[in-house]
Amino acid sequence: MTPTRSSLNPIVLLQVGFILLMFGFMYLPILVLAVFSFNESPYSAGWKGFTLQWYQRFFADARILSALSDSLVIAILAVAIAAVIGTLMAVGLAKYRFPGKGLYQSITYLPLIIPDISIAVATLVFLASIAIPLSGGLIQLSLSTVVAAHVVFCISYIALVVSTRMTNLNPHLEEAALDLGATPTQAFVKVLLPELAPAILSGCLLAFVLSMDDFLIASFTAGGGTNTLPMEIFSRIRRGVQPDINALSVVLILVSGLLFGLAESIRYQSERRRRGD
Amino acid sequence: MSSQVSTSADKPRTALVGRLSSWLEPLALLAPAGVWLGLLLVIPVLLIFQLSLVPGIRPGQVVNPSGIENYLQIVQEPIYLRVVLRSLMFALGTTLICLVLGFPVAYLIALVVPKQWRNLLLVGFVLPLWTSSLLRSYAWITILRPTGVLNTFLKAVGLPAIDILNRPPAVFIGMSYSLLPYMVLILYASLEKLDRRLLEAAADLGANPFQAFWRVTVPQSLPGIAAGCLLVFITGLGDFIDPELLGGASSMTMARLIYNQFLGVTRNWGFGSALSMVIILAVSLAIALLLKYGDRSSANL
Repeated sequence: MTPTRSSLNPIVLLQVGFILLMFGFMYLPILVLAVFSFNESPYSAGWKGFTLQWYQRFFADARILSALSDSLVIAILAVAIAAVIGTLMAVGLAKYRFPGKGLYQSITYLPLIIPDISIAVATLVFLASIAIPLSGGLIQLSLSTVVAAHVVFCISYIALVVSTRMTNLNPHLEEAALDLGATPTQAFVKVLLPELAPAILSGCLLAFVLSMDDFLIASFTAGGGTNTLPMEIFSRIRRGVQPDINALSVVLILVSGLLFGLAESIRYQSERRRRGD
Repeated sequence: MSSQVSTSADKPRTALVGRLSSWLEPLALLAPAGVWLGLLLVIPVLLIFQLSLVPGIRPGQVVNPSGIENYLQIVQEPIYLRVVLRSLMFALGTTLICLVLGFPVAYLIALVVPKQWRNLLLVGFVLPLWTSSLLRSYAWITILRPTGVLNTFLKAVGLPAIDILNRPPAVFIGMSYSLLPYMVLILYASLEKLDRRLLEAAADLGANPFQAFWRVTVPQSLPGIAAGCLLVFITGLGDFIDPELLGGASSMTMARLIYNQFLGVTRNWGFGSALSMVIILAVSLAIALLLKYGDRSSANL
């Protein structure tokens, strides 16, 4: 019997006010970064006039650009490797029962649970005390060790997303393909893979963003020659407030917003297609 | 006659090939991930457990496990015990803040807001999660520093300035900000599934909204609350960036201490490994508690 449109009742006002306040809390830091990236004065909190010089400085900064390219190379390689391995694993886990499956499965969830700092430490210790001595110095802390370490958590996230899709999949599709004379490889490539593609893609985007954002694991496994974007940002923040970081933040936020939009629209499209089936 | 001979010779071979190929496919699917995770996750974790038993190890030394000295050091030396307790305090405090702020947000989005707005509001609320965690902390530095946005604002409205950067309150703010979206996501998922007819039934049976909330909504969303709290707690316990950038020297946590044992000035790999094992054990314990508690709550339902 409650009136549905009592527009100015105090409870509704309170609710709207609270939601607005919380949205303000979530967006205040982003807004601050954006505003300051155009502020003439580098250090004061007051507005001293509009400028684009921080963006110019950022795009001319060789250290930042090389860090960005290191991060991109690492993220793309790690995600590409993990996409293959993680998808195979998710399919395997959905199709087969075998002794030790529970253990195997819980190990694949470990990177989602164990804090980054512990994974970073463990990987460094493994590389320093086993991989480097055993390979006779062939393996060195470098870009490729960061990639190897990033593949670990990328596998977990991609496999998680793909597994979720596998459980919602019609299990008879592949059998039907086999009955109609397809080889197992054909059934996998032509029937299963297209069904999984949206999930693989959104898992990849998630893993990509996480790889681009990782500071700890990269710092522990990079060695001297590699400098990722988060490592560069971290060392700049430690040196004090730097206005060109504001410009960098805005660029990064726009890019990740774009990726997020892409991931959401892939999810939306595949859900619509699924409903259409 | 000849065909019979050939089949009898082929039979064991095809059976063997069949058995091999029945092993081949699962192996091809599962082995790559198994090898990768085994080499770069399982062996490393076992390795730091072994290393944690070695006192005073430095890179390049021979590893001879000899005891639990590193673990005793954590408990016995007041400085390190305080670091452990402080980490727990940051994680628990952040969990509480996220629950108190996140529950009403999730509740309003899932149950009060008109249906066509729900997805938009939820996505909008968790969107800042996709920004870099370092830049989020950096933004809070610009807001909280003595001459920052907050104090400029306070001065403009005639209030005294507050100085919380490089102190624990700034760490709570930064960590809560980073983890609140996770809490809201999980609570939303649990509240959205809530059986609304139960709320109507409670109202029909004479419960006022408060009673309905405490007796129907909260018990039904308890598994979600537990899962959200667990996620925020374990992520908060391992958080390095917020305490490091916002907390200053007074907010040393386990993650920062571990970092220092490997990349900082005070290098002690054995002690750092022991601290890492403590974090892993604490996280596993929290998950075991949730599983036990989760089972009980589902048994009650």
